[in-house]
Amino acid sequence: MNYCVEVVSKPGFRDIRAENLEGQVRLLGVPGVDSVEIGDRYYLAGDLSPALVQQLADDILCDVIIEDARWFPISADHIEIGDGVFTVDVVLHPGVTDTPAESLLAGIAELGIEGVVQAATGTRYTLRGSELTQESVEHIAASLLANDVIQTYHINDPAPPPFTADASGADPVAHIPLAGLSEQQLVELSGERRLSLDGTEMRAIQAYFGDRPATDLELETLAQTWSEHCVHKTFRAAITYTGPPPGELRPITTTTIDGILAEHIRAATETIDKPWVRSAFVDDAGIVALDDTTDLAFKVETHNHPSALEPFGGANTGVGGVVRDVIGVSARPIANTDILFFGPEDTDPTALPEGVLHPRRIAAGVISGIEDYGNKMGIPTVAGAIYYDPGYTANPLVFCGCLGALPTGTHPTAAQPGDRIVVLGGRTGRDGLRGATFSSMESDHTTSELSGSAVQIGHPIHEKQTLEVIMQARDEGLYNAITDCGAGGLSSSVGEMAEELGAVVHLERVPLKYPGLASWEIWLSEAQERMVIAVPNDNVPRVTEIAESLDVEITVLGEFTGDGVLRILHDDETVGELECGFLHGGIPRQHLTAEWAPSPTEARALPEVEPVAALLALLADPNIRSKEATVRRYDHEVQGGTVLKPFIGPHESGPADAAVVTPLKIGPGTPGAALAVGTNPAYGAIDPYRMAWANIDEAVRNVVAVGADPDRISILDNFSWGNPRIPDRLGALVRCTQGCHDAAITYGTPFISGKDSLNNEYTGSDGKKHTIPGTLVISSLGIVPDVGRTVTSDLKEPGNVLFVVGTTGRHLGGSALAAWVGQTGGEAPAPVPTAPAGYRALHRTIAAGLVRACHDVSEGGIAVAVAEMAIGGEIGVTVDLRFPAADEPIDDTTAAFSESLGRLVAEVRPEDAAEFERIMGVYPVSRIGKTVASQEITMRGTSSDFSLSLATATEAWRGGTA
Amino acid sequence: MKPRALILHATGTNRDHDVARALELAGADPEIVHINALRDGAASLLEFQLMVLPGGFSYGDDLGAGKLWAVALRARFGEDLESFVAQGRPLIGICNGFQALVKSGMLPSLRNSAAENGLRTQQATLTRNESGRFECRWVELEPGGSSIWTRDLEENIYCPVAHGEGRFVATEGVISEIERRGMVAMRYAGDGYPANPNGSLNDIAGICNPEGNVLGLMPHPENHVVAEQHPQRHRGRQPGSGLALFTNGVRHAVLV
Repeated sequence: MNYCVEVVSKPGFRDIRAENLEGQVRLLGVPGVDSVEIGDRYYLAGDLSPALVQQLADDILCDVIIEDARWFPISADHIEIGDGVFTVDVVLHPGVTDTPAESLLAGIAELGIEGVVQAATGTRYTLRGSELTQESVEHIAASLLANDVIQTYHINDPAPPPFTADASGADPVAHIPLAGLSEQQLVELSGERRLSLDGTEMRAIQAYFGDRPATDLELETLAQTWSEHCVHKTFRAAITYTGPPPGELRPITTTTIDGILAEHIRAATETIDKPWVRSAFVDDAGIVALDDTTDLAFKVETHNHPSALEPFGGANTGVGGVVRDVIGVSARPIANTDILFFGPEDTDPTALPEGVLHPRRIAAGVISGIEDYGNKMGIPTVAGAIYYDPGYTANPLVFCGCLGALPTGTHPTAAQPGDRIVVLGGRTGRDGLRGATFSSMESDHTTSELSGSAVQIGHPIHEKQTLEVIMQARDEGLYNAITDCGAGGLSSSVGEMAEELGAVVHLERVPLKYPGLASWEIWLSEAQERMVIAVPNDNVPRVTEIAESLDVEITVLGEFTGDGVLRILHDDETVGELECGFLHGGIPRQHLTAEWAPSPTEARALPEVEPVAALLALLADPNIRSKEATVRRYDHEVQGGTVLKPFIGPHESGPADAAVVTPLKIGPGTPGAALAVGTNPAYGAIDPYRMAWANIDEAVRNVVAVGADPDRISILDNFSWGNPRIPDRLGALVRCTQGCHDAAITYGTPFISGKDSLNNEYTGSDGKKHTIPGTLVISSLGIVPDVGRTVTSDLKEPGNVLFVVGTTGRHLGGSALAAWVGQTGGEAPAPVPTAPAGYRALHRTIAAGLVRACHDVSEGGIAVAVAEMAIGGEIGVTVDLRFPAADEPIDDTTAAFSESLGRLVAEVRPEDAAEFERIMGVYPVSRIGKTVASQEITMRGTSSDFSLSLATATEAWRGGTA
Repeated sequence: MKPRALILHATGTNRDHDVARALELAGADPEIVHINALRDGAASLLEFQLMVLPGGFSYGDDLGAGKLWAVALRARFGEDLESFVAQGRPLIGICNGFQALVKSGMLPSLRNSAAENGLRTQQATLTRNESGRFECRWVELEPGGSSIWTRDLEENIYCPVAHGEGRFVATEGVISEIERRGMVAMRYAGDGYPANPNGSLNDIAGICNPEGNVLGLMPHPENHVVAEQHPQRHRGRQPGSGLALFTNGVRHAVLV
């Protein structure tokens, strides 16, 4: 008989989860909810006796100190309907990964209990309140309790347990004739199967197959391999570009670009040619040297589309995916980063496009998803950013980064003929089908219905154990090649590894979560937490032994052959046979058109601002204010290597410019890695070329501020952009990559890896297109020569000199101040080609121990930078805004709030000030003030003098988080 | 000779290496051993002089923090564990390890904790933080009580917490017995939130068994064993290293 166990809080004990939910209901604005009770439900199927269910309830499911459990046959599940009482049952759709149920089955096995065939989980919410109506409960359920992409809810009606039905009997493989189809018919076929392939690509496929019909598996494999997500066809496309030369505004000419990846990104890395770059662009992650013994691997990925539909699962598996990229270069993950873009928190819910979740719900889910994966894997989440703009309401952006460490030269990259294809990790189900093609499409209001299966659910513990297996296998030298199983599932991972050799794969060997999957579903499933390694046959027993000792499932799927053909068998039937040459080289090159023209800029002065009000408003700006409430939810201490933390100052609440971590045992002279981010889409709206410079400068500046060596910084480029087939979108992208190229060369910072997520556009049911602001995220990885010599931004003591390093110009276009006064356009911060020399000099002053505190000047200019240093250190300042500037004279507002590049603020002891100036040499530095004993921020300008208390500034900046 | 320290790696624990480093610095010879190796007989816990249940998310913590680990401990080698503790060898459970010790009844292990089937009963719990959130922040800990781990510690320990379920809860009777018998080995110093980051009753951060050789605590002293780990190092010398706690345990391991 099948049973349900329900666990609820014991009367008299606080249920904090229920209290939180009551708070969210109030925030939702539904009146009249007096109380919420939450019951965790466990559905058990199999040959079960009441005694056994009792044992499970007592020993595993219930915390007897604070909880009560009741259990009953599922057939006896019922609800007493009463006045003012509603129940909402929430269960997953059958087939969606149910992580707690998997843990429950593991626990049952641990106890040696037999007879439980399936387990599933659900939640029963009991809402009480005399004013509740069916309608208001529906609203609560849909807004807070269930996401229909993965769950269903049932009001006053027991939910049927979501056991997975046996779907066997489905035809394992379908044959699809292509011969004789017109281009239009081919495009229709692509649309029906959601292949995301265009007419030219479909014709190339038709030509390849000739008279032979293609199997569904072959078509799906080609679609995944040729997807934007996997092959980056836009970045490789030949582009006809009409626009001004890089960085200039005229003349407008038409040129051709032989691929922006090759000409702008890779070319920069090749020109810079740093000997410490071990590997760039060729693998799952870029690799650089930390010292003679250890390399660092760094990668940032996007997970935008999945996070829009199912924020928790989307962000959760985004973290899992980028962590696998790092494991995929044989490295142990040592730090995570996350850079998030949401619509404003106060967005009017009634103004949302249909099918779009409210930004607050998206943010809550995304942050929980990041928290869950990073914390559970034991990877410190140490750096990131959150940026709010209405342009991200329908299409949030989630960038997940991971840094790893590996002993130098221990990442093998050449599979050999005869090597076994070994899959490690979780079982395969119908989850995440067609994720690569899905993420390469624009979204509309039906996307959530059609692509529900594209959403994956993560299981970080599986990945943690898989990591441990890989680390042991690496140290014993047991594999010849490795890759992660991400978008496109086995089709991508095995396909890529077999690119040179060819392979034979036996699909019936893949361990399944449930029977009945078609061949192509097994081959494409994006079930998470799997890695693929190429293992010499002699090493298979040892790898198997390691995997089993760590509770990781292992499968020998087939072998690499050497004949250049990818052959997929299912129960001895050939279900796919593709030449690797065609699979990886057969995609026709795209020819795209791009245009960019400067928007007419009026040289408008900003309206007069009241400086204290402006400063307080900017400190409280969601893009500037403290992110403590979020960041505290991430474990930034695990692994014990976080030597410069997200929080600094006497109360550990000030903002750090960058985090510094080290994978090494800390001692004298231990080197570390500084991680930071540069992003500012507002500049891109004015000029994407300047945005690229600004972002690279910011990412570099941040790591230099904490003590990284400016000659040892590498960067990652991540683009999230609109539809590249629309010429102005692609034109802005070209303009941006031109800036990336020029700035990277100037700073001497090679790109070592990158990724693009295109088609971030959303068509609402009203037919309106919502595109995101073109967004570039630059992530920097700087080497700190000695983690004992880092610098933080909090002011240290009164009586010190404050210097501004760099020159201030009239750069309020796209600034935080311009946004506050509601002005668009203007002059975005201009490139500062001398900045790298200035940063080298500043680094020498830091190495010499002259700098007490250092902070980068970015959003909000010098005023915000100095205020943040004062808030962090709880030390007052006086600042004179009449310092020398680039263009004489500038007004006080510009001096305070301009966002010119190449600038930092440094605190130096008076006795060290002359030496500081001497080392800084020709790079401009100005004494702008001093730290003082009084708890005041005072700024003196040409026309204004103002002062505010540190407490007021702190309250503005910390807001609700204080 | 250096005492051998067992760090019990369960599927999902993740501060194994952190505590290994702390034990190394404290003079022990640490070894990370997966629970399966003990089950299979590849190793026995009685070969070790000191034992650690490290932090992490054993088995995902999906069914309550430390719950399944507690089940596994009892089911797989309850007898060895009982002998280890009865012989007075030092055992420490940190964060998830503390949760497992509490949920398996190994802590507080008051006299009536053995049930008739030989298994201990759970007498307290660690449940969701009052804030409702996972939180990572540094806290100050005041050592006390009669544990061999906290004996003679002169200064307060400063180290991070990183947990979502660390609120110590028990009945009034259990709490007063723990207090009376000097079993509160660590208390959060300072008033209210965030000094006490989770709302634990009586600011309890860690407790020991009546004999004092078993310690469980939510914070992570193993993440503050070198000066560079201190968050305010840039503001001058900072006290509160967690190393002394491990040194105490290692010293005791040599004696037993």
